Amino acid sequence: MRRLFLSLSLLTAALLAGFLACNTNDPEAARPPAKFGLDFSNVVGTQPLQLGTVAYKNASGESFTPTNFNYFVSNIRLIRTDGSAYVVPQDSSYFLIRQTDPATQKITLNNVPEGSYKAVSFVLGVDSLRSTADISKRTGALDPAVDHTGANGMYWSWNSGYIFMKLEGTSPSAPRDATGRGNFRYHIGYFGGRDTKTINNLKTITVSFGADVAQVDPFRQPAVQIQADVLTIFDGTTPISIKAYPEVMISPFSATVAKNYAGMFSYKGLKTAVTD
Amino acid sequence: MKQLQLIGFLLSAALFGVVASCQSGGSEVVTPAPVPGKPDMKPPVVYQTTPYPWKKPTNFPDPVYNFANNPLTLEGVALGRTLFYDDMLSVNGTVSCAFCHQQPAAFAHPDHALSHGVNDKIGTRNNLGLQNLAFYKNFFWDGGVADLDLLPIAPIENPVEMAHSMPNLLNAVRQSAKYRPLFQSAFGSDSVTTARFLKSLSQFMLTMVSANSRYDKHARKEAGGQLTSDELAGLNLFQQKCSSCHAGELFTDQSFRNNGLSRVLNQDVGRYGITLRTEDKFKFKVPSLRNVARTPPYMHDGRFWTLNDVLNHYTTMQEVPELDPVLRQNGKPGVLLTDPEKQQIIAFLNTLTDTAYIADRQFSAPN
Repeated sequence: MRRLFLSLSLLTAALLAGFLACNTNDPEAARPPAKFGLDFSNVVGTQPLQLGTVAYKNASGESFTPTNFNYFVSNIRLIRTDGSAYVVPQDSSYFLIRQTDPATQKITLNNVPEGSYKAVSFVLGVDSLRSTADISKRTGALDPAVDHTGANGMYWSWNSGYIFMKLEGTSPSAPRDATGRGNFRYHIGYFGGRDTKTINNLKTITVSFGADVAQVDPFRQPAVQIQADVLTIFDGTTPISIKAYPEVMISPFSATVAKNYAGMFSYKGLKTAVTD
Repeated sequence: MKQLQLIGFLLSAALFGVVASCQSGGSEVVTPAPVPGKPDMKPPVVYQTTPYPWKKPTNFPDPVYNFANNPLTLEGVALGRTLFYDDMLSVNGTVSCAFCHQQPAAFAHPDHALSHGVNDKIGTRNNLGLQNLAFYKNFFWDGGVADLDLLPIAPIENPVEMAHSMPNLLNAVRQSAKYRPLFQSAFGSDSVTTARFLKSLSQFMLTMVSANSRYDKHARKEAGGQLTSDELAGLNLFQQKCSSCHAGELFTDQSFRNNGLSRVLNQDVGRYGITLRTEDKFKFKVPSLRNVARTPPYMHDGRFWTLNDVLNHYTTMQEVPELDPVLRQNGKPGVLLTDPEKQQIIAFLNTLTDTAYIADRQFSAPN
């Protein structure tokens, strides 16, 4: 009887220890996964970007009215205050920002590890590995069979390459078409080539949060405000005039446009949604 | 003693239960988020496909296509064949793949110098015959597409070819009663995805292997491989004069070269349009010569209508700065060939016609 009591108490103790160990080992299990937001807002200088209605002016003194503006954001890394990085899983790291679709301008990263973050980096475009991946790995925004025929088109079927950045619009400085409209079109792609080396217009962009720290836990969801300034495409490292370059697509000059747009992003603040 | 054993057993059972419950709790946390648009991963419907017995001809190099990513099945091939012959792949239902890729011409377009699309629109290049697609590193005269699975999007969306849009086409396929059972039997569900659509087309095109010409039988020392003395002389001349570019059993080294065509009427930049490298200006892919007698006209713009014209070009070409060095002998452009030698080469080129391929019903329009 005493032996039986001893064995029962040992068993209870073991089970209790087991449950305690389970709880202390895995505190996350009880906490909901944390999220992180990246909110992109597109502007032209000091004004918000509006398509088709507002005439803006570049540093060359040219008036222009954007009609379309899209770009790919991929390979996102969140950089912690200690310099280490959380790399967003490859299959969940491709986003197409479209000016015509506000929903695409707010990226939500799920299952982000708790911690303190000081910067974000991403690739503007679609990296060479994904640009040459099997068709089954090209889903969502990367699906070459989503609408790529009109203004939405971000894929060149004849060279099987993605367009990283597309800016289209009208300008009196551009040559007039049959309807009398002056059109400019910048379609920038080129990932470096599959078997022959080509231009590589992929740009890795790092946006630092300055003195701010984005604190991630299940109860605080930070959303970094990132601004993309269309004006930088014309007035960046190398000034580009619409009159001289009304169309830039498949040309070595695309590298100059890419160099300019690499500088178009800036940090505009942190919004944190607090829940309990 | 027995009781001690019982205690030990109870203890280990309890501990095991605790550890197991820990693990199952943990695995839920690390479950990756589903990828948007990814084909559903629900348990597959019970279906049975039959592997397609694809074989590399013994005289061929290893294939380039990655079959592991798209295992060929009779059902997948049948779906691809139906799509290949379907006019609905063009915007107005008038042009199928087979419209420009006709079997009697080894899947080239006879009597058309330039590709011919919907509403009689005319493209800028001569379409290439289709065969042995598993062996190519890239496609088109400029090598613009390097993955067979991505190739069909180019003609489908080209405004002067099929002029369709992929999302509209896939929606039409989804709504087609004809295709539901074909997708079901090829992939286990009737869900029409980009990957399934393109991979089934690839499956059919990969079965299009042409390796039974009289030349092949000669090369493999099989019955029916007899060549006449003129054909043998032509083969010998071909090996001396042509095979540095039209190399190997595919009759192309798959390089891009300038072969001295006049640019007075056509300034097509060729490979440069893809790579933007100055050294690639005015270069085009060395085409395979398999079934060449069936695929006139010739060159990227279809400027020559007979093999005789082609050989005359090689013997009379004028200097162009980008001319491939192999076509310049002792500082002079062109290849030295007498008229009788040209006829012998043509006799040899005729032995590259694979009549079995051209007549093979597995590649013709499905009933």
